[in-house]
Amino acid sequence: MQLWLIPLVPLIGFVINGVFGHRAPKRFVNFVAVGSVAISFALVLRAISALWPLDNAYVEQTYTWIQSGNLRIGVDFVLDRLSAVMLLVVSGVGLLIHTYSIGYMEHEGSYARFFSYMNLFMFFMLTLVLGGNFPVLFVGWEGVGLCSYLLIGFYYDRDYAVTAGNKAFIVNRIGDMAFIIAIFLVFLQFGTFDFAQIAAKVDTLPVEAGFGALSLITLLLFVGATGKSAQIPLYVWLPDAMAGPTPVSALIHAATMVTAGVYMVARTATMYQHTPIVMEVVAIVGLATAVVSAIIGLAQNDIKKVFAYSTVSQLGYMFLALGVGAFSAGIFHVMTHAFFKALLFLGAGSVIHAVHGEQDIWKMGGLRKKTPVTFLTLMVAGVAISGVYPFAGFFSKDEILLAAHHHAPWMYWVATATAGMTAFYVFRALFVTFFGEYRGHAHPHESPPSMTLPLVGLAILSTVGGFLNVPHFLEAMFPLAEGGHDATLVYIALATGLGGILLAFVFYVVNPGIPQSIANGLGAIYRLVVNKFYVDEIYDFLVVRPVLTSSRDVFWAMDRVIVDGAVNGVASQARAVGRVLRSWQTGSIRTYASWVAIGSVIIMLIVSIAGGVR
Amino acid sequence: MTTLLDVVLFLPIGLFLLVLLIPREMGETIRIFSTVVSIIVFLVSLGLVANFDHSQAGYQFVSQFQWVKDPNIQYKIGIDGLSLWLVVLTTFVTPIAIMISWKGIDFRLKEFHAYILLLEFCLIGIFVSIDLFQYYVFWELALLPLYFMIGIWGHGRNIYSAVKFFLYTLSGSAMMLAAILYLYSRAGSFDYEVLLAQISSGALRFTSLEESLLFWAFFIAFAVKTPLFPVHTWLPDAHVDAPTAGSVDLAALMLKVGTYSMIRFCLPLFPNAAREFAPLILTISVIGIIYGALISLAQPNIKKLVAYSSVSHMGVIVAGIFSLTQQGLDGAVYLMLAHGISTGALFIFVGFLTDRKDSLEIKDWGGLVHSAPALSAVFMLFVLASVGLPLMANFVGEFLVLQGTIQANFVLGVLAASSLVLSACYMLWLFSRVFYGERNADPNKEIYDMQPREWGAMLPMVFVLLWLGTYSHSFMPAISVANAGVMKHVSAQAEMQVRRSEPPLTPGVIVPVIAGPANAAPEVLGAR
Repeated sequence: MQLWLIPLVPLIGFVINGVFGHRAPKRFVNFVAVGSVAISFALVLRAISALWPLDNAYVEQTYTWIQSGNLRIGVDFVLDRLSAVMLLVVSGVGLLIHTYSIGYMEHEGSYARFFSYMNLFMFFMLTLVLGGNFPVLFVGWEGVGLCSYLLIGFYYDRDYAVTAGNKAFIVNRIGDMAFIIAIFLVFLQFGTFDFAQIAAKVDTLPVEAGFGALSLITLLLFVGATGKSAQIPLYVWLPDAMAGPTPVSALIHAATMVTAGVYMVARTATMYQHTPIVMEVVAIVGLATAVVSAIIGLAQNDIKKVFAYSTVSQLGYMFLALGVGAFSAGIFHVMTHAFFKALLFLGAGSVIHAVHGEQDIWKMGGLRKKTPVTFLTLMVAGVAISGVYPFAGFFSKDEILLAAHHHAPWMYWVATATAGMTAFYVFRALFVTFFGEYRGHAHPHESPPSMTLPLVGLAILSTVGGFLNVPHFLEAMFPLAEGGHDATLVYIALATGLGGILLAFVFYVVNPGIPQSIANGLGAIYRLVVNKFYVDEIYDFLVVRPVLTSSRDVFWAMDRVIVDGAVNGVASQARAVGRVLRSWQTGSIRTYASWVAIGSVIIMLIVSIAGGVR
Repeated sequence: MTTLLDVVLFLPIGLFLLVLLIPREMGETIRIFSTVVSIIVFLVSLGLVANFDHSQAGYQFVSQFQWVKDPNIQYKIGIDGLSLWLVVLTTFVTPIAIMISWKGIDFRLKEFHAYILLLEFCLIGIFVSIDLFQYYVFWELALLPLYFMIGIWGHGRNIYSAVKFFLYTLSGSAMMLAAILYLYSRAGSFDYEVLLAQISSGALRFTSLEESLLFWAFFIAFAVKTPLFPVHTWLPDAHVDAPTAGSVDLAALMLKVGTYSMIRFCLPLFPNAAREFAPLILTISVIGIIYGALISLAQPNIKKLVAYSSVSHMGVIVAGIFSLTQQGLDGAVYLMLAHGISTGALFIFVGFLTDRKDSLEIKDWGGLVHSAPALSAVFMLFVLASVGLPLMANFVGEFLVLQGTIQANFVLGVLAASSLVLSACYMLWLFSRVFYGERNADPNKEIYDMQPREWGAMLPMVFVLLWLGTYSHSFMPAISVANAGVMKHVSAQAEMQVRRSEPPLTPGVIVPVIAGPANAAPEVLGAR
């Protein structure tokens, strides 16, 4: 079946564009970059149709990567229904975003570098999804983090971009450390890294009533997921990641990479099902993240930042789904979210492109007549994320909310309220951008077809994507969430979403004076929200500064003074010797050679004496 | 009988003599000659790999003759899975070290190239010696070329650094010499194979005090060479003041001598002491990992930062060794190769930077990516290798080492894993300060990109880095087999210890006093 070809083709694209791209014409770069992803997409379709209906997982073993004693790591790929859904999303949405980038990056420098990084990302993301064991997944996991770092810092002459890239990499690394420790523990516990074998072994174990070894593993895995998928407490890198070009925000920081944590938890679902305590942690962290980031999103003025916080919030929903046991609903939301969030970002990119790089929504306005296609498609995305029937977000969010209600009704109510906030702040951004009068100084224009066509494609997917019954498709792997369909709960959620949109319409189109007076009324609370609860500052104070201070003022000083001081005492004695040695440096190699010879003779003598003593 | 290994060992010293014959005035000829012949040595050494039986434990290509009758000193060499790749690493790095010195070294060329070849001879000698006395001679002899390279072609406080380097390692090895002589007085042989056979068969038994003292005498010498915290402070000075080739040889090859010798001698010869002190050494190495990383964070100098990062990386290797697990040992050996390539390459890059501009202070650099994009890209690759990104050499070693360390002691394993985060911090900080930044305020406009000669030195490194990272199966089997042998010695002795329950021969008064606290160490440290 050659599953290995799926990630390999974009890797070849990366090498070609990375080595020759900067000397080649743009059309060549486009051809290689988009072509390689298109081939991957075609290969995914071929593999899925050949193995349809995928009742059993198809495993492909290529070669042994590492072997040491009883530890063996093979480069194994697996295609089952879960990876099929993810593969389609990654390669499909990836293809659309690659196409879009042709237009978006037209006038940017470093064209080839951009596309080679994007191809490299596709390689690692597809490896992550296809990986049949922990280490191969981890290769993809680290690799996508690397590409994220490279692309956030794409504009490397700007300090904030470089800083944001470093922050993303390092914060992710903290999660990765927990992840890799979990992998080590998995091996110690089960003697294998293979997902299928681990699941089989876990199935024979009882469900952990307390917090046992398995719970430690799943908790550490989840900490890893909070890094990559931007959950509390490691979400802080994602909003800053918007320093990268907008197609990057769409592909990596909205549609695909950030859902890797969700995918990983779903991939190891058997373990989670045996550790109810950790499941509860996952649900609560997910819900808390959804709420906190939605609140922050209310007061953001940068169009990409608004969508970034909404990404964090939606990822929180996915973890809520996983935590309450609705794994298929979580993956369903990964898919629909990929459609409408990629659309939101690509639309935002089209807007930014239209107003020549401006990102502040208050310097836009009235763009609906000048960029009609972008306007209409963004509206579709907004309705979809707000969970309005029959758009895609409705179906997946509905599944999550019902599962949450079945698990604990209060979770349903908090999540529903958050959905209302989501609808409100997304439409706040859209109304301020597209309605009223234009407040900037550029000459807005609609984007080229290479950009608008992917927008239309994603808009169609965001409209009808909800009718793809992913939970049913995944039923063989994950039992359907219990709870049935309570019509009342569905109507309440739907009404909250519509209410959010309506409120935004009143505040920002009908009577734009209201928000300011509310902000003034809230005072300190408003400032707290605008400053994102000062989380960055708190981390800086609690973690970054102590580490830097200790390294500069404590350890290095110690190294110089204490450890070295004792040696220098000896060394100052030795300096006299050094002067003698210096005089030896006569430049004649024969002199040195004779010293070596004399030294050897002395040693020989010592040994002879020692031998004689014996 | 002369084997291919004899050829590999003596080619460099023969070429060293040939270099001495070339008239001093023909500098360019010396350069080209040394480069070409060192590449030939490398190609010959590949013959070792081809003819090596990778599934076989024990020495191969053994060659010996009696050197001195009394004392019984032999010329005896051979390689096993442990030393095979280190020999190849030595022959691989040497031509690169010569090539990258074409620009930096501009006086006394003859001596310089002679020293590099002499060093290659000594290092191969250390890795292949089976006779302990011969091993010791090579060990001491290897100091001289490096000492002179730092002293003559170095800069800054080079004399101070050279003397410090010399005294540090010399004082470490004095105890080792005493231990070697003591072993000889007990066993009547310097032959490692004879000693090992006597010890594992029980023909040669040590009291636990004897064994502990012998273990530490060897270990301290190796720890200084590695260098392990807290005896590492010679390293940053030596690196900063050394010429590029000296740094490369030091980081890529010389440091491996210490960790190689730990596996070769400390574990199989003194297994009881190794087991007893493993928790303590594991703790020290983990402290060293974090300590080295934290100090790297504070460095304002590029070369010093890379040097301190070496302290951290070498701590990982020692942790792997003293996890006393198969994975830990395999990972440690693999990491020796990986570190040789990745840190060696980083020092080469530091040399490239020095060739372009006479400063290594981080604040003097910035925005290099605009004028030297290819240099930045390849540098980035080695930075990523150094922070342990998968598909590059270091990851394989670090993964196995951490797996082994976690198995030995969970808490220490977790602390060791923090190097993943810390290394990312200092390495990315370094990279973004030196390479990123604005083009307009670019003070490095005149900086040129990679030259063909520089590509010639770097491309083999890139190739090997990725090969090690993606297909460890080419290298690992031989290493694994050798380490399985080491593990057998360490654990077989454990069984024997249990069976042999009679009281030790030494007066009982001393043993409890000395051995008591050491025995208690595991509980105190919370280690297993």
